[in-house]
Amino acid sequence: MQDEKVIMELQRRALQIRKHVIESVYRAGSGHPGGSLSVADVLACLYFHEMRIDPQRPDWPDRDRLVLSKGHAAPALYAALALAGFFPEEELKNLRKTGHFLQGHPCMRKVPGVDMSTGSLGQGLSVAIGMSLAGKLDNRDYRVFVILGDGEIDEGQVWEAAAAASHHHCSNLVAILDRNGLQIDGHTEEIMNLEPLKWRWRAFGWDVIAADGHDMGELLAALREARGTGKPTLIITYTIKGKDVSFMEGTLSFHGKPPSDEQYVKAMTELNQIEEELHD
Amino acid sequence: MIKAALTDKMRNLRDGYSSALIELGYQNDNVVVLDADLALSTKTKRFGTVFPKRFFDCGIAEANMMGVAAGLATCGKIAFASTFAVFATGRCYDQIRQSIAYPELDVKIVATHAGISVGGDGASHQMLEDMALMRVLPHMRVLAPADAIEVEDMIPAIAATAGPFYVRMGRADAPVIFDKHRDFQLGKSVLLRRGKDVTIVATGTMTAEALRAYELLEPDGIKARVVHMPTVKPLDGAAVRKAATETGCLVTCEEHSVIGGLGAAVAEAMGERPVPLLRIGINDVFGESGSARELMEKYGLTAAAIAEHARRAMKLRDGT
Ligand SMILES: Cc1ncc(C[n+]2csc(CCOP(=O)(O)OP(=O)(O)O)c2C)c(N)n1
Ligand SMILES: [Mg+2]
Repeated sequence: MQDEKVIMELQRRALQIRKHVIESVYRAGSGHPGGSLSVADVLACLYFHEMRIDPQRPDWPDRDRLVLSKGHAAPALYAALALAGFFPEEELKNLRKTGHFLQGHPCMRKVPGVDMSTGSLGQGLSVAIGMSLAGKLDNRDYRVFVILGDGEIDEGQVWEAAAAASHHHCSNLVAILDRNGLQIDGHTEEIMNLEPLKWRWRAFGWDVIAADGHDMGELLAALREARGTGKPTLIITYTIKGKDVSFMEGTLSFHGKPPSDEQYVKAMTELNQIEEELHD
Repeated sequence: MIKAALTDKMRNLRDGYSSALIELGYQNDNVVVLDADLALSTKTKRFGTVFPKRFFDCGIAEANMMGVAAGLATCGKIAFASTFAVFATGRCYDQIRQSIAYPELDVKIVATHAGISVGGDGASHQMLEDMALMRVLPHMRVLAPADAIEVEDMIPAIAATAGPFYVRMGRADAPVIFDKHRDFQLGKSVLLRRGKDVTIVATGTMTAEALRAYELLEPDGIKARVVHMPTVKPLDGAAVRKAATETGCLVTCEEHSVIGGLGAAVAEAMGERPVPLLRIGINDVFGESGSARELMEKYGLTAAAIAEHARRAMKLRDGT
């Protein structure tokens, strides 16, 4: 079946992204593996299925845009961009290295394929609205995607933007909320309750769709559904922080810490094993 | 030397701004304007009436407005974002830093109601540190026009120059000092009076006071050089150093804190060859309510204060 083949391919891409995340953060000696691993499947779906892009023309005016508002997941974004062909995969080895272009957080002036510089949480949705409005003004049919962290939406600016998006009828805008339940200081519900999440966004005039953020079938269906809502749409993707590396899954400690030498070997072994199982 | 004179003609700089915006709107489809529920005060509403599709009132949500402006700019728009100076810079510093200055986007922040002459609203609305905040940001250019004519010259010039700008204007009507339009030169000072005895460097509407100070000094045989500095960043350091060499002492005047604005920029520019420099501005205090005129007097932002400082600077230079 076509769909099954697509799903297999996307799973393979997500795994490649995860391996690059571990590899590049390990080599850099710093970075954010947890939130990069949780969003890998979403990025695979976007860059290898949903988004209209041309890696040869990163500035193509009609391309779909992605704002990685949770900019600390840069290692996953860079992996997706490299795998898609925006720049050589080799460069991923130079993440965070002096004199190289892959900054710790996304920089649109340095990295081909990065549509917006981010890193200070809470700002990306506003920028995505600007992109959405420009598309409408110019009668271009591109779409704008933005990825938010669940801790990130503690920020007041996100809610200013949530109101603005529906007010301005940004129907070409899809926000994806990486609902991994963790921020830095603890569980999101302990630090700052976010529920009832769905209703909060609906009350702001959004269409809300829920999906298992690690199930390609559900993600594809959600993205497909988001195309036709006629409203700004939020996809809440339920995910596991650190997904697919056993000792990182669901932990706070790997939010912003690289694996040790031993942990690196273990992580890569686990990811390779999952990859082999995929090929069976 | 550029012709400038004190006249009785008063014009509000915001009128210059809105006229220039509308003119630009006709010339360039990519010009968009954003405001944050102060469109009547900043006068961007006039643009919104003529070009409703290209005008976005973002409500009382300045941080979001800066981000939306940035997003529009990533797609080729020239985004003018306006509100009061205190909200435009203070409330949105991080948004400007991260989403506008760092990615070098074509966002022109044009703020009104800067300075103490805001008057009655008091300290909460009298922005005295906006130039300091904006000046420290890489890629950011900081401008303070002297009159409505200069605003009309400046707005098309910054629209035609890629990257972020911060323009500050006051609330009050201000004397028109320029008799005609000119090509606005970014980063260039404007020589208004040629004297050699002392240099007065002024920005924004303090330039008119500097011209008045020239007239107060002249009867005593003191010929002041009056330099208008519409671009506070990038500062015309060459003109400052030339003035320092040729007149041996300087006075700066601005309706802004003496920390971090024009006076600071001038001090930085002549650090290697210092001469006596006196800075006129708000001395590290918050403002208060009052009439614009009374506040300007109370806080020493007058021609008389400038003239007195000029005399003191000359004494410091001469060791007398
Ligand atoms: C404005 C701002 N405040 C604080 C930080 C530091 N910070 C980086 S990541 C993070 C937690 C983010 O949590 P979440 O949005 O849930 O991301 P994820 O769990 O997907 O990593 C914080 C507080 C930041 N980058 N920006
Ligand atoms: Mg989280």
